[in-house]
Amino acid sequence: MALLDIQNLIVEFQTASGPFRAVDGVSLHVDEREVLAIVGESGSGKSVSMLAVMGLLPWTATVTADKMSFAGRDLLKMSSAERRKIVGKDMSMIFQEPMASLNPCFTIGFQIEEVLRFHMGMDKAQRRARAIELLKQVGIADPAERLDSFPHQMSGGQCQRVMIAIAIACNPKLLIADEPTTALDVTIQKQILDLLVSLQVKYGMGLIMITHNMGVVAETADRVIVQYKGRKMEEADVLSLFESPKSNYTRALLSALPENAVGDRLPTVSDMLFEPAPSAAGAAR
Amino acid sequence: MSVRVLEGKDIRRDYHVGGGLFRGARTVHAVKGVSFSVDKGKTLAIVGESGCGKSTLARIITLIDPATSGELFIDGNKVDIARDGLTKEMRRKVQIVFQNPYGSLNPRQKIGDVLGEPLLINTDKPAEERRDLAMKMLKKVGLGTEHYNRYPHMFSGGQRQRIAIARALMLNPSLLVLDEPVSALDLSVQAQVLNLLADLQDEFQLTYVFISHDLSVVRYIADDVMVMYFGEAVEYGSRDEVFADPKHSYTKTLFAATPRADVASIKARLAKKKAA
Repeated sequence: MALLDIQNLIVEFQTASGPFRAVDGVSLHVDEREVLAIVGESGSGKSVSMLAVMGLLPWTATVTADKMSFAGRDLLKMSSAERRKIVGKDMSMIFQEPMASLNPCFTIGFQIEEVLRFHMGMDKAQRRARAIELLKQVGIADPAERLDSFPHQMSGGQCQRVMIAIAIACNPKLLIADEPTTALDVTIQKQILDLLVSLQVKYGMGLIMITHNMGVVAETADRVIVQYKGRKMEEADVLSLFESPKSNYTRALLSALPENAVGDRLPTVSDMLFEPAPSAAGAAR
Repeated sequence: MSVRVLEGKDIRRDYHVGGGLFRGARTVHAVKGVSFSVDKGKTLAIVGESGCGKSTLARIITLIDPATSGELFIDGNKVDIARDGLTKEMRRKVQIVFQNPYGSLNPRQKIGDVLGEPLLINTDKPAEERRDLAMKMLKKVGLGTEHYNRYPHMFSGGQRQRIAIARALMLNPSLLVLDEPVSALDLSVQAQVLNLLADLQDEFQLTYVFISHDLSVVRYIADDVMVMYFGEAVEYGSRDEVFADPKHSYTKTLFAATPRADVASIKARLAKKKAA
């Protein structure tokens, strides 16, 4: 049974110029121990659909779906109090800007222990021990001393590690990573991706990786969903997506990678998107 | 014959960090003796992780900060802003495009005024002419004249980066410093901006100093590559040399860390995962 199952998700925002449909009929599912990547440009609705699952959208958003279930429970019928018990515990999320998603006024120890207090009801000594263990797991040196550091005393990569520690604190079944490495250097990106994948394997989590970087997809995903303007363009396992992309849009995205450049011009997405449907020869490439 | 537009010899930059109540003063060596040169119409890429001094070097080249020691030549003339100050002529020659297109445009300034301002400050062209030049430049970077009276918030990230590039080109600079110009952009928009940069380079014979940490972009755009690590240039050579045969261990680490999106490496990863 799928861990997260969404059918026909629609998210609309009320704006001054009428409703705006950010996600338009997206269906997806993630199994346990599976890495799903959702790829798309900004504005493709990839973050919004996951925020809808987490229940983190502002009141201007209207979420409708035929089905939205997590670990056998219906998220649509749940009260927000019930949902808050799941979010952060069984299902947690890492955001793009590690520096901005930690609270600058509290030590990282406090911010890790906050989750443990709320969801696990641990006492002070247990919380501290668990926080040290978590920091060790995400690869931070001197975890016991680092608990008393503030976010501004740490680098971007370290902050992202702390975010991961908070996200996995309660052994979630599903981890959603929203562009976890976009703000980081390539060397740090590699470390964070390796960490996420190793934790995913170790704890058998489902992992949803939201990204616009095809390299990140190639390095981590089992299955890929390509989204464009709120619609799902393609869904395939990672190898067939890169070997024989079916939709024009995916093909355009792949050819816009600088390493795939032929000659001295990069094909852009708009160049390719409005071309006629591919011939059989093009699809077999 | 190739003309050397930019040359740096043994450029150093130290920052003195003032001491506080509990800490003594100390000196940070941000750039430790870097030498480089770029010919007209070529691109030098500077690669390195955050904190390696590449942006400090960009500030020195752009004549924002003086170097602590070392010699900087622009168009063959020695430039020392700490001693001689900065003339309008020198300011005209070097322009910069910053990383974040959301932060580098004044939200209360119309695009037309954004583009006209370098002319207003550095030249005595009348308003009419400034307007014409701004309109022309908008078309050059792939925007339309209807964008002249709009504000930055009405544009997407890629369009804003085009505006930032247009502003940098208003004074006909010979050297353009691009500080991570595409790292905040989506893949498809990144391709458009890279194409634009290539076109402009051909048209105006521009010289680029391209700062980036994305090796796939560097491989696409650069003629020469300099890899910086903790303020030193650990590797410097033509693109093909550096990519074919990286010598320094840090360069090798960088290559290893760059995600690969080819079918063979996906197959290898999946096989490894299955075996585990």
